[in-house]
Amino acid sequence: MTQRPLNIEHATKVYGDGPGAIHALQDVDLHVEQGEFVSLVGPSGCGKSTLLWSIMGLHGLSSGTIMLGEDRVEKPHPNIGMMFRDANLLPWRTIQKNIEFPFEIRGQTPDTGKIEALLDRVGLGGFGSKMPRELSGGMQQRASIVRALSSDPDVLLMDEPFGALDAFTRDEMNMLIEEIWEETKKTIVLVTHSIQEAVFLSNKVHVMSARPGRMHKMFEVPFPRPRDLKLMESKEFFDLVNEIKSEIQHQPTSASAAAAAE
Amino acid sequence: MSDNTNTGDGAAPLGMGGGLTSAPKIQNMKEVFAIIAVAVVIIGGAELLLRIFDVKEFVMPTPSAIVTALFVHFDEIGPHLGFTLVQLAVGYTIGASIGLILAAVITQFPFVEKIITPYILLLVTTPMLALVPLLILNFGFGYAPRIIAVALAAGPMVMINSATGFRRTDQGKIALAKSYGASTPQIFTKIRVPMAMPMIIVGLMMGAIFSVITCIGAEMSGGGFGLGSRLTTFSSTLRTAEFFAVILILAIMGIMIYVFFSWLGKKLAGWES
Repeated sequence: MTQRPLNIEHATKVYGDGPGAIHALQDVDLHVEQGEFVSLVGPSGCGKSTLLWSIMGLHGLSSGTIMLGEDRVEKPHPNIGMMFRDANLLPWRTIQKNIEFPFEIRGQTPDTGKIEALLDRVGLGGFGSKMPRELSGGMQQRASIVRALSSDPDVLLMDEPFGALDAFTRDEMNMLIEEIWEETKKTIVLVTHSIQEAVFLSNKVHVMSARPGRMHKMFEVPFPRPRDLKLMESKEFFDLVNEIKSEIQHQPTSASAAAAAE
Repeated sequence: MSDNTNTGDGAAPLGMGGGLTSAPKIQNMKEVFAIIAVAVVIIGGAELLLRIFDVKEFVMPTPSAIVTALFVHFDEIGPHLGFTLVQLAVGYTIGASIGLILAAVITQFPFVEKIITPYILLLVTTPMLALVPLLILNFGFGYAPRIIAVALAAGPMVMINSATGFRRTDQGKIALAKSYGASTPQIFTKIRVPMAMPMIIVGLMMGAIFSVITCIGAEMSGGGFGLGSRLTTFSSTLRTAEFFAVILILAIMGIMIYVFFSWLGKKLAGWES
């Protein structure tokens, strides 16, 4: 398998023009090795979701490039998949039909054997014929993981996937993602508000700053893998989380940055 | 259970989702028995009271007289039921199709929608029945003015409700489809249409009910055929039992419309209940 690192160079995204223009991203560089798990954290308005949606090919950049291996990403790339906020299942389709949706769009025959194995893997075996509303939030999110994995993308983007879940379910999902990453070694970029989640799952945590959205600082996460939830109770984990947290808090807030810009 | 069943039926779906899907379900034999018992009491009570007080049939016929009239004089009613159904089918199909297509197209262009919506609203709120004399003047006493009136009643109703449905765009779901490389037609058929479906069905049901009202009204204002014309004929000749037999048919039509669209709603948009 060829190495396909994800390379973002000088990514800039400006909404509007003139003095009212908003610099969602300014000159952002990000390099993600194949099989690496990185997180993007930062205050709201720092452009982390904008960056993620741009990598997905859903938002065009004002300037700069996004490369997956040799391919320039300007529209959705078949080897990049995304997990959206709040599961994002289509409520009029059964779980099975939701998971087959990507295949349907691409005109491919779904690999039912693989889907069944994945459903079993995340603990949803036998739930294929259920409607999304019959499932709990955590189960819906598991189905969404299966949907993202079933088309076997090299890169998996996650946009605050577990924000709507309660703390216990969230831990459960983090553990599941950790296990899946160990098994598949996918390249994963996670955007999250939870620094614990970012530290627990990632090899690297990138802190972004707001207005303009920029890369502020990168933290290597030294904890060995595979990890389990006990890690969250250790002092080292706690210290790293706090260090990242204070890095975010000591940035100029978006309000004062806006005031300074005037 | 006679003349106001039809309008009462029309009022129910105004409550949107509730009217469509959450009609109470019959649970057991006890409820079936209770329903039958109430029907016997109401219909039997009416029969009994009308007989006890010896009310003249031309004032208010007994339920049994109405049902008897329906069967005995069906040869005078049946063909007119046929005319009415043909007008309804043609007018509704034309009106609903145009309304549906217009809603799907117009909601893609917010600017056009903004300009056109007031006129559609005008068409919804103006009773199309009021245009019938003018339509008769222009198109004569045949099928044409009625079919046009029905289409005008159904179209805007279907359009305005469907447009509400098509406007319910969920950016997350559209982004999901796009992330797999979905084309615009795919986004339309696989995301927008299913999302709009509950409101489309409400629109189709409202359109059907308004079609019946408009059709009967148009038939009453002239032309000499159709169920509406029978109402004027039977009432002016004091054939009250036959008059109510026609009303009974209209009530059954109304209930069938409701039952059909409730079934359709459950089948195509049951996910939203």
